[in-house]
Amino acid sequence: MSDAFDLLYSETEEELRSAVRALLADRCTPAQVLARAETGRPHDPELWHTLAAEIGTAGLLVPEKLGGQGAGHREAAVVLEELGRAVAPVPYLTSAVLATEILLGLGCEAPEVALLLAELAAGRQVCAPALPLTQAPGAPLPGAVRDTGGGALTGTVGSVADAVAADVLLVLADTGLYAVPAAEAALSPLVPLDLTRPLATVTLEGAAGTRLADPATARAAIAGALLSGAGLLASEQVGLAEWCLTETVRHVRGRHQFNRPVGSFQALKHRLAQLWLDVASARAAARAAADALATGAPDAPLTVAVAQAYCSGVAVRAAEECVQLHGGIGMTWEHPAHLYLKRAKAGSLALGTPGHHHALVADFAELPSP
Amino acid sequence: MTAITADHLVTRIRDLLAAHPPADTDRTDFLRARFDAGLAWVHYPEGLGGLGAPRSLQAVVDAELEAAGAPDNDPRRIGIGLGMAAPTILAYGTDEQKQRFLRPLWVGEEVWCQLFSEPGAGSDLAALGTRAVRESGSGDWIVDGQKVWTSSAHTARWAILIARTDPALPKHQGITYFLCDMHAPGVEVRPLRQITGEAEFNEVFLTGVRIPDSHRLGAVGQGWAVARTTLMNERVSIGGMRIPREGGMIAPVAAAWRERPALRTHALHQRLLQLWVQAEVARLTAERLRQQLAAGQPGPEGSGMKLTFARLNQEISGLEVELLGEEGLLYEDWTMRRPELVDFTGRDAGYRYLRAKGNSIEGGTSEILLNIVAERVLGLPPEPRDDKDLAWKDLAR
Ligand SMILES: Cc1cc2nc3c(=O)[nH]c(=O)nc-3n(C[C@H](O)[C@H](O)[C@H](O)COP(=O)(O)OP(=O)(O)OC[C@H]3O[C@@H](n4cnc5c(N)ncnc54)[C@H](O)[C@@H]3O)c2cc1C
Repeated sequence: MSDAFDLLYSETEEELRSAVRALLADRCTPAQVLARAETGRPHDPELWHTLAAEIGTAGLLVPEKLGGQGAGHREAAVVLEELGRAVAPVPYLTSAVLATEILLGLGCEAPEVALLLAELAAGRQVCAPALPLTQAPGAPLPGAVRDTGGGALTGTVGSVADAVAADVLLVLADTGLYAVPAAEAALSPLVPLDLTRPLATVTLEGAAGTRLADPATARAAIAGALLSGAGLLASEQVGLAEWCLTETVRHVRGRHQFNRPVGSFQALKHRLAQLWLDVASARAAARAAADALATGAPDAPLTVAVAQAYCSGVAVRAAEECVQLHGGIGMTWEHPAHLYLKRAKAGSLALGTPGHHHALVADFAELPSP
Repeated sequence: MTAITADHLVTRIRDLLAAHPPADTDRTDFLRARFDAGLAWVHYPEGLGGLGAPRSLQAVVDAELEAAGAPDNDPRRIGIGLGMAAPTILAYGTDEQKQRFLRPLWVGEEVWCQLFSEPGAGSDLAALGTRAVRESGSGDWIVDGQKVWTSSAHTARWAILIARTDPALPKHQGITYFLCDMHAPGVEVRPLRQITGEAEFNEVFLTGVRIPDSHRLGAVGQGWAVARTTLMNERVSIGGMRIPREGGMIAPVAAAWRERPALRTHALHQRLLQLWVQAEVARLTAERLRQQLAAGQPGPEGSGMKLTFARLNQEISGLEVELLGEEGLLYEDWTMRRPELVDFTGRDAGYRYLRAKGNSIEGGTSEILLNIVAERVLGLPPEPRDDKDLAWKDLAR
């Protein structure tokens, strides 16, 4: 298998999957997710503690000498598949992937970077990058935050995911990258389409933080983190799509109309068979992205763009089919299908839309627009 | 016995190349020697072109031999033999049959075709009506009937054939599987011109064709089980292929896009990118399937890949004709020809567009494959059927 990349799951990865799945089956059922979301505070700090610290998933991307697990993107992708399957409201993508990758991208010589990284890897602190969730790799970064003198940061960033759960925010200002204690910022929670991934507007008015990097280093680190984030989001989307497919198949096998299970009607069988194909294909694309990120393959940016261009759409389609083929039940608030649809649709805007990633493919594959 | 490793194979390959330098060995002689060295399909048993090695090691052999400039056996010309006849003979054949047929099949000295479909039995293949009656005394079988859409019948030396041996039984039970000599008296092959203008497939008329009982594959009346092995391998052999990034049908469209900026429009750009991404994902999915098979975890993705490739080939070739503008209005040549192989890449866009229409029909239609995925992979309930327990002779036709 010399030139090929590994698209399968290793035994260790399957063990990690079982541990995460068992935890979520116990403490993060759709009913529990819905109940928490209705309180307006979807995060469950105890669940996060078990997942991040006890199972040790928060430090998968962090080398052991910096306090992490020294695993990699393939393992983090498996965790995200399970989190997607459970629409789990945990700040994994933001803290354990995006923020962690930004810090890793700074080089870890500076003690304040190494310290924060170790805190994140151990699950002791949650960190959210103060970027809009829609921020795409390859797109210009916002420049709304300014240092108004002596490190007093001022500015506003909208649609920051998981900020409400964060202890620390990573803020890109004109003078560099800063770690800002969440207490220094004013957060106004927004009403999100996706109830399981809360958004807030972050306003800084002379906030004080620790400067971690100069602007150029910061921008390069953020670009790398966005690439990883987009590549790994594909795995979350695969997990989500798989749940939708499995639940829908279960439902149409049991639901009778016209004296037959509705799943015996060919019109539905063909749609579900096609969806299965799409999910199987999305899995291959997402695995390729995770593997390319893990090995630092030179074509990782193309593989990630392909995965994002493809997997977002599959997740949305799977969730839409799930609602439709459940009939009236699928339109109810009690049934969890809507949580999945909302996550899928919001996820297709996160870290670059399929259209944005198609444009990246056009660049990488040298298929220029007219 | 020690397990075969990549190192063993490399030694064997060196020995083969030393004894038969490709540069001055006749092509057929080389291929025969390769078969005899167990390097044809390494997972087959020793003496039958293999070494009983893990399937994944075939890639090592192919790469080494290709690098050494050794000839290949042109799978496009002998695809039915390799993909369908061989695995079925390996699974159900007698020792004599395996010894007699596998080597010339793999070397390509004997081309195979598949006499399954009939005018009245396509998707419902088990409804077939070609009769095989056993002659008392000789024990030979006498076959009468008509087959249709038979690819390569005009170049084939042998055929896999299913025929009805007991019309009084329900349709799946009265079928027997044979190896049919295409040169036997009573076999008549007539070209059947197709949508592309050429005759890649044929009608085959069987009139009093004599088949010795030694050319029966599997037990009398067990032909449906044997045929299912063939059909399963037919679908998997498509999904298992390995292609490079931007290989296959997307290659000529991408090339035209790069080389001829005047053809570009924004609307076509969106569709091209979408299809490019889908082709890349399909390639990765096929690669994942290949890795699963090599790691000994056969997955059900096989029939799925054929569905994906059929849809993509059709959409991509449709886009290509449109992209070419005025040129897309033209066709290379409508002369009726009888090609030896299906060659998608060496032809023009119009040919690709038309030939790709067959991808969702040949080897099981997309509708039938979706049923298979829905029922066997997802476990959805089967279609209600009322023909299962009726004698074949009492079925409505
Ligand atoms: C290029 C080409 C090469 C071929 N080569 C060979 C060969 O070498 N040997 C050989 O034996 N055969 C060969 N075939 C035949 C091929 O296997 C059959 O054409 C195919 O199985 C479909 O059967 P049919 O043509 O009778 O269509 P039908 O079965 O009559 O189907 C007509 C339509 O009805 C649909 N349909 C049928 N049943 C169902 C159902 N239960 N549910 C939903 N839809 C259904 C089909 O999908 C199709 O769209 C070849 C065909 C082509 C196009």
